[in-house]
Amino acid sequence: MTDQTPQKKQLSQWWQWAILSILGLVVFFAPIPVRATAPTDRIIHIDARRFEYDPAILKVNQGDRVTIELVATDVVHGMAIDGYNLETTADPGKTARLIFIADQPGTFRFRCTVTCGNMHPFMTGKLEVGQNSLLWRAIAFTGLVLIAGVWLGRK
Amino acid sequence: MTRLQEIPWVEKVGLNEPAAQSQKRLQSPGRLNLYRLAWLRPLIESQWPQFLIRILTLAGFVFTIAGGLFGSLVGSHNIAIIFVWIAWWTALKLVFIPFGGRSWCSVCPIPLPGDWLQQGGVLETGRRRFGLNLRWPKRLRGSWMQSGGFLLIGLFSAVTLTDPQVTGWVLLALFGLAIGLSLVFEKRAFCTYLCPIGGFSGMYAQTSPLEVRIIEKEVCLRHDVKSCYQACPWGVYPVAFRDNSACGMCMECLRACPSDNLALNVRPFGTDLGRQKTSTRLDETFLALVMLGSVITFAAVFTGPWGWLKSAAFEIGSLSWFGYASAYLAINLLLLPAFFSMAVWAGQKFTGTWVSLKRAIATQAQVLLPLGLMAWIAFTISFALPKLSLVLGVLNDPFGWGWHLLGVTDIGRMVNTAGISMIFQMILLLVGLFWSASVSRKLSAKSEKKSPHLNLPVLAFSLIFTLAMLWLLVG
Repeated sequence: MTDQTPQKKQLSQWWQWAILSILGLVVFFAPIPVRATAPTDRIIHIDARRFEYDPAILKVNQGDRVTIELVATDVVHGMAIDGYNLETTADPGKTARLIFIADQPGTFRFRCTVTCGNMHPFMTGKLEVGQNSLLWRAIAFTGLVLIAGVWLGRK
Repeated sequence: MTRLQEIPWVEKVGLNEPAAQSQKRLQSPGRLNLYRLAWLRPLIESQWPQFLIRILTLAGFVFTIAGGLFGSLVGSHNIAIIFVWIAWWTALKLVFIPFGGRSWCSVCPIPLPGDWLQQGGVLETGRRRFGLNLRWPKRLRGSWMQSGGFLLIGLFSAVTLTDPQVTGWVLLALFGLAIGLSLVFEKRAFCTYLCPIGGFSGMYAQTSPLEVRIIEKEVCLRHDVKSCYQACPWGVYPVAFRDNSACGMCMECLRACPSDNLALNVRPFGTDLGRQKTSTRLDETFLALVMLGSVITFAAVFTGPWGWLKSAAFEIGSLSWFGYASAYLAINLLLLPAFFSMAVWAGQKFTGTWVSLKRAIATQAQVLLPLGLMAWIAFTISFALPKLSLVLGVLNDPFGWGWHLLGVTDIGRMVNTAGISMIFQMILLLVGLFWSASVSRKLSAKSEKKSPHLNLPVLAFSLIFTLAMLWLLVG
């Protein structure tokens, strides 16, 4: 092991933190490559029943024109999509429709808007528009965070 | 009255700590004694401000129980659900514990009637005592029962969190149990050994930037009356504090000390973490693992898109509920303890370090505390933030009977916090991982071999947990 003077050691640590910060900025801002796809019309049929949407995970591409057909199979259910400011309500046996262009990429929760039972506040589903870049960035950050915590944080 | 020599932990504590070490700790430049601030001191010194807050929380608690038992059956329209599981829970996780340790315990209404009965008055301490004043059984000490209580809540969480009547009955049962135990056992037996909230508040209090500590140990050792210990409703002796877990932040010791030898310090976050443990007790490790297992299960049940899982957790007694209960217990009682123990064992094997495995596990469990605390905060934000607007709704109509106490209508809608909430959750989980890695590094530096590789398997455990939480909350 080499003996470093305190000044050299401090400088070296400063550089390490600087590199890590730059890497952090790259992870946060770097565009994630997306496979180009032509926008298409998508019709998605969802059955809503006590505390559950079926299917609960919807995947579309950015730019798709999406039509959601919501059918309540037991009691009245609703559907509001976070981030898209869209909402509808379906009476039992009837179909309610939401039509929108999936122009915002990312993962969005949708929730029931009509009190339908005890677990109503937790009746949720997930709309994935393109890639979930936040998750991929978060995973990349975990690596940087571990390096920062273990390696650079040492005295 | 318990004699000081009978306190089980007192011989293990700092009484043989070298004086120089004690001085070094006390003179640490990173601490600010709030009790010396002229404007704050009277507020702490007088019992009245704290007493008034506790009276308010007691009134709110009784009102909440009444709301749960007699109000609307719709959770989002009932004060019991919204106030307890949204407002109070959020405040506990986001404010009280991370910034004040067990500060909630200092204003908690549950032990109040028991305290009054034990001390024979509202503000007088120790005049006359009702009850048997027995010592808590030795074999039931530690946080094992608190972990059990939390597991029990977890098994029935989908109902407890959504059914106002169940919430009302649970609160009433806790209240009755605390009063009953105060008549049988000395001091705050319920809070110390049974309260599930007290268990994890105490454990995570080690991360908080607030502490009550003695200033000069020699002054305490010379003082034979031990008035701080006599005044403490928890029955703890401040000289013995090595971390925050046992201190209920009630400030009675500061008020009682005739030598003004106690301090309410602000310190860096997580100061208690990173010490080599001398004890082989595993109760805190188990509680830390139960908190990890519970938060990951609750994140899947309450924020995940899987309706079948929500139904399984809710339909108590059904076959699917037994499946959910078995999986929940298997995660908490088998999988996480087994994986964590294997990680600690592998870390020892990897570096050829051999201390007692139980002691190593107890020491390495400190890595789990920031990880768990941040995961709970992230989870709380994910489910509570969109529903905070409902708090105004139940203030307007606490029982769901159509009242308009605030004179407003249509305030029950959830707030759209989608984008910002997920970014917050991601940051919190990453902070938790970074903090855990820092604690791990601190432990390595203090280990016999000072190996930087000692805790890599435990770090891998933390990494996998963080990735799982990221997937559940952000994915």
